[in-house]
Amino acid sequence: MAASGRRRAVVALLTSLLVALATAVVCPFIGGSGMDYSRLWRQESPDWTIFINLRVPRTLLALITGAALASSGAMFQALLRDALATPSNLGVTAAASLGAVIVIAFFNAGDSAVPLIWMAAIAGAGVVVALVAALARARRFSPLTLLLTGVAINAICSAAILLLHSMAGITKSFQITHWLMGDIDAVRYPTLAVLALIVLPACLWILSQARVLNVMSYGETWAAGRGVDCRKKTWQGFLVGTLLVGATTAITGPIAFVGLIVPHLIRGIVGPDYRLLLPASIFGGGAFLILCDTVARSVLAPVEIPVGVITALMGGPFFVWLLWKR
Amino acid sequence: MSLLALNSLGYRYGESQFAVKAVSSMLNSAGIIALLGPNGAGKSTLLDLIAGLKTPTAGSCQINGRDTSSMTRQELARLVAHVPQQLPNEVPFAVEDVVMTGRLPHGGGIFESAEDEAALERAIANARLEAFRHRPFSSLSGGEMQRVLLAAATCQGAEILLLDEPSAHLDPENQVLLWEMLVKLKQSGHLILIATHHLSLAAQHSDRIWLMNHGALVADSEACAALQLQAMEDVFRVPFHWHKSDEGRLYLNYGR
Repeated sequence: MAASGRRRAVVALLTSLLVALATAVVCPFIGGSGMDYSRLWRQESPDWTIFINLRVPRTLLALITGAALASSGAMFQALLRDALATPSNLGVTAAASLGAVIVIAFFNAGDSAVPLIWMAAIAGAGVVVALVAALARARRFSPLTLLLTGVAINAICSAAILLLHSMAGITKSFQITHWLMGDIDAVRYPTLAVLALIVLPACLWILSQARVLNVMSYGETWAAGRGVDCRKKTWQGFLVGTLLVGATTAITGPIAFVGLIVPHLIRGIVGPDYRLLLPASIFGGGAFLILCDTVARSVLAPVEIPVGVITALMGGPFFVWLLWKR
Repeated sequence: MSLLALNSLGYRYGESQFAVKAVSSMLNSAGIIALLGPNGAGKSTLLDLIAGLKTPTAGSCQINGRDTSSMTRQELARLVAHVPQQLPNEVPFAVEDVVMTGRLPHGGGIFESAEDEAALERAIANARLEAFRHRPFSSLSGGEMQRVLLAAATCQGAEILLLDEPSAHLDPENQVLLWEMLVKLKQSGHLILIATHHLSLAAQHSDRIWLMNHGALVADSEACAALQLQAMEDVFRVPFHWHKSDEGRLYLNYGR
């Protein structure tokens, strides 16, 4: 990086960090149900309880989830050298959803069933990893195979979810639909801590691979000639990306397009260097999802729109625009 | 101990399809080795095997007496720099970023070291890329792109350069410029293996010619003058002849 590039890098990183911090600090105070700020200041219920037990954890969950989805999306785009590679396109999200839906359909989903749903979602995502590992061993391992496999996984999982849905009773059916809508719900702090312990090291690993990801976007031949073991890096990246997507999807349900929109928007601003693109996507993803969630719980208050609806409504047209621009 | 030793190196697809068949040779010092042969003769595959892009199914390859299969890809990339014909068109980086990729084998940290920066400046100066170092790589002409890729390979600091048909899309002037650069690189101590269809330039500038056909090394001549035209005709299936210019320079011509 030249000196001018370095200055731009610092500006871009500080800006994205400040935006993320600002949204995380401001957004918990905004919401559909009017909040009495003076009571909040005196730490009196119900306002203080709502703030500390609902809005703050929601904001933190949105921050962590947005960061995880955006950074894994940016990484998949480099690994597969495809602008449209996202966790959703690769089948990871669908497999995690199927895992969760199976648990909802066959178990009594009281509060005790919630960790079971998480485990099933991560297990579903894990099946995709196993499939990729099998592909790698069978020596049929290329970006195209991975993307096509993702298309197949998506189709199979959607069909299976539809089947379970059609067999389920009304209550179950409602639960399945609700889960599939993708929602940032208030979760308990220990859950957030566990999630952060998974997401933070995974994001740091992706950041440490920034230069390798840069070179991998030149194509496999060039990268291999510069000493990169592309197959190994793709495999490792897939593992870490699945962990990120599986862990967050398990809690929020499928949230579409964050992994697509955020890295693309950020790339337009900071350029293609992953050493900038990744950290800026992490902060930008967090900020983006916090904003979407704030919109989701404010515009039609007291009705809360699932955040997945907001991201999809924005992401769908964006996706089309991206295809047209190509 | 030779710089590069190939011992019955072979590669095959499936059970019987040989891409490279038992190639053996010892290369002890700097020089330009031109790999000639028709399409599908195994030139690119041989370069891939030496660069570690493909794993040999038979034989071995040693650099400075060390088997390349015992090296990590990163170690190998410090000794051997492979240059493909071209990069995918959509590479969104600037010229100097492309050259800097050559430094990746020297440390995978997030930032380049001062040593990396120095190597970048040397490579850019040597290839005379100062004028367009900040331009997007994708905006360059074919000849400029080739110079950038070669600069990246020299930036890598590897003694052995493997060039896979680098002049395929170049106009005559850029072809000649490329070969002049190769001669300079040879003089600075590089061993260069180049797969090419530019028979005349290869005959003129290279120190040794390897003629390949059906995956096998069918002729290995020490100097271009010793090139056996009969062997060339057998492989390429067109007549060859030497043409002597008024100044007494030899050119290789072909055609019916």
